[in-house]
Amino acid sequence: MRIADKTTTAVSLVKEALEKAKKYEDKHIFVSLNEENALKKAEEIDAKIANGEKVGRLAGVPYALKDNFLSKEGNTTASSLMLEPFHSPIDSTTVKKLEAEGAIMIGRTNMDSFAHGSSTENSYFGPTKNAVDDERVAGGSSGGSAVAVALDIVPFATGSDTGGSIRQPASFNGVYGFKPTYGTISRYGVVAMASSTDCIGFFTKNAEDMDLLMEICAGQDENDMTTLPDYYSETPEKPAKKIGIIKDFDNDAVDQDIRNVLAEKVEFLKNEGYEIVELDMPTLKYALAVYYIVVPAEVTSNLSRHDGIRYGYRSEDAKDLGEIFSKSRNEGFMSENKRRIMIGNFVLSSGFYDAYYLKAQKARTKIIEEYNKAFEKVDYILTPVSPNPAFKLGEKVNDPVSMYLEDVMSVPINLAGVPSVAVPVGKTESGLPLGLQVVGPRRSDKNLLKFASVLEGDK
Amino acid sequence: MKIKREDILHLAKLSNFSMSDSEIESIGNDLENIINYISELNELDTEGVEPTYQVFEMENIWRNDEIKEQEADREALLALTKESMQDQIKVPKVL
Repeated sequence: MRIADKTTTAVSLVKEALEKAKKYEDKHIFVSLNEENALKKAEEIDAKIANGEKVGRLAGVPYALKDNFLSKEGNTTASSLMLEPFHSPIDSTTVKKLEAEGAIMIGRTNMDSFAHGSSTENSYFGPTKNAVDDERVAGGSSGGSAVAVALDIVPFATGSDTGGSIRQPASFNGVYGFKPTYGTISRYGVVAMASSTDCIGFFTKNAEDMDLLMEICAGQDENDMTTLPDYYSETPEKPAKKIGIIKDFDNDAVDQDIRNVLAEKVEFLKNEGYEIVELDMPTLKYALAVYYIVVPAEVTSNLSRHDGIRYGYRSEDAKDLGEIFSKSRNEGFMSENKRRIMIGNFVLSSGFYDAYYLKAQKARTKIIEEYNKAFEKVDYILTPVSPNPAFKLGEKVNDPVSMYLEDVMSVPINLAGVPSVAVPVGKTESGLPLGLQVVGPRRSDKNLLKFASVLEGDK
Repeated sequence: MKIKREDILHLAKLSNFSMSDSEIESIGNDLENIINYISELNELDTEGVEPTYQVFEMENIWRNDEIKEQEADREALLALTKESMQDQIKVPKVL
């Protein structure tokens, strides 16, 4: 990525990004632009450079912020009516770290409301269109961020990945998308979805930029007690030798183009001297059911804070305190938010808790054990990100279960807390991007990104 | 599994949603489909398996019990609410 220096000014980088953002207005990538603040910050950085002062590793680099990251600049809406009026009095830890290095936020990107969805069609502000095809979805939930990077508006964008929300849109639009090991980057100041699987990550054009962002953002945060001490920058180099593939993921339900590109990459890796190992991971087929029990349960709890009183949307019709809660929540949340909250209450309610919630948490243990066993045999696992390339707008939005099936290959990774990177590896005949993901053991993040760039190599 | 209308009403109440009749009906169909899908998990044998509630490797992260200076002050927080009075958030009469 281009950094501001004596020859390239921060103002020119930011102006260029803003112009491109406006050029692609019809794609509906941004919920809001941050023009005034961004240009002011760029001028400050240019002044520092002119004075010979020290600037950060991301000096003048424009970036796009997923709309669920709190920042004092503009409203943090999570693409919802509920938070449309919400102006955060604090910055999220990730925003602080990026801006301390001189990065400049040029706009907030569109997403599925509260990150509930796999297409960005659940946004209160309307869907984002795919980078290469206006009739297709951007993927989700971080759809706007993926398209902003794919169309070279910005060299990087932030995302959050609870069950595939970075990797799937990355693969739908042909960019890198990384979900680190659980706890690597602070979640402080990001609108919570499911606390036991939420991960912060990024979209970039290459693995080197991703590595730099990880160097900057990984590490312990006293405001998030589930952050690991920084292991990332101290990871010893460990070249990969054995790559696993999952038998069960190669079936008729998976698009032929994706199966072909996977087969090509397997051949490529064999020729490069890697050993390919077939893995039997029979519990993974239950991961989606586990996910849609565990995650709604946590969503229910996290979204109970939205009461129409302290901040956010309040119904105009509410006559008493009870109605402030129930009408504000009913109007402020979208259908998918409500479905997840109600499913969460269902699986947690007495009479169903053991059969659903407890059962799912036991199944989660089995899924984790399967990954542990797999990583005794192989260094990384190579799989599709989703069963198909970008689908048509409107195709799945009215059928929640078929939308959920989009996540079948991405959610097991979040349940286990292991890292995974989506890598752009090719295109369909009609030009739709195709991605694959590489999954590694916990804390293998740095070496995983190195391997990912090898995989892209022969594209 | 068949989800009855009264089950949906109960879930709407637990979730604090004031749903219209038509919304109860349409969301009821969706919830039934989702519950039927997640019920596939019953096939999996989990006898004797311990549950996992979190995947963070560490436990008991301590900090000193001290009041830290907060970035957002009272004024900034009260500015987020619709109505406030004398440094308090104002809501309709409860009793």
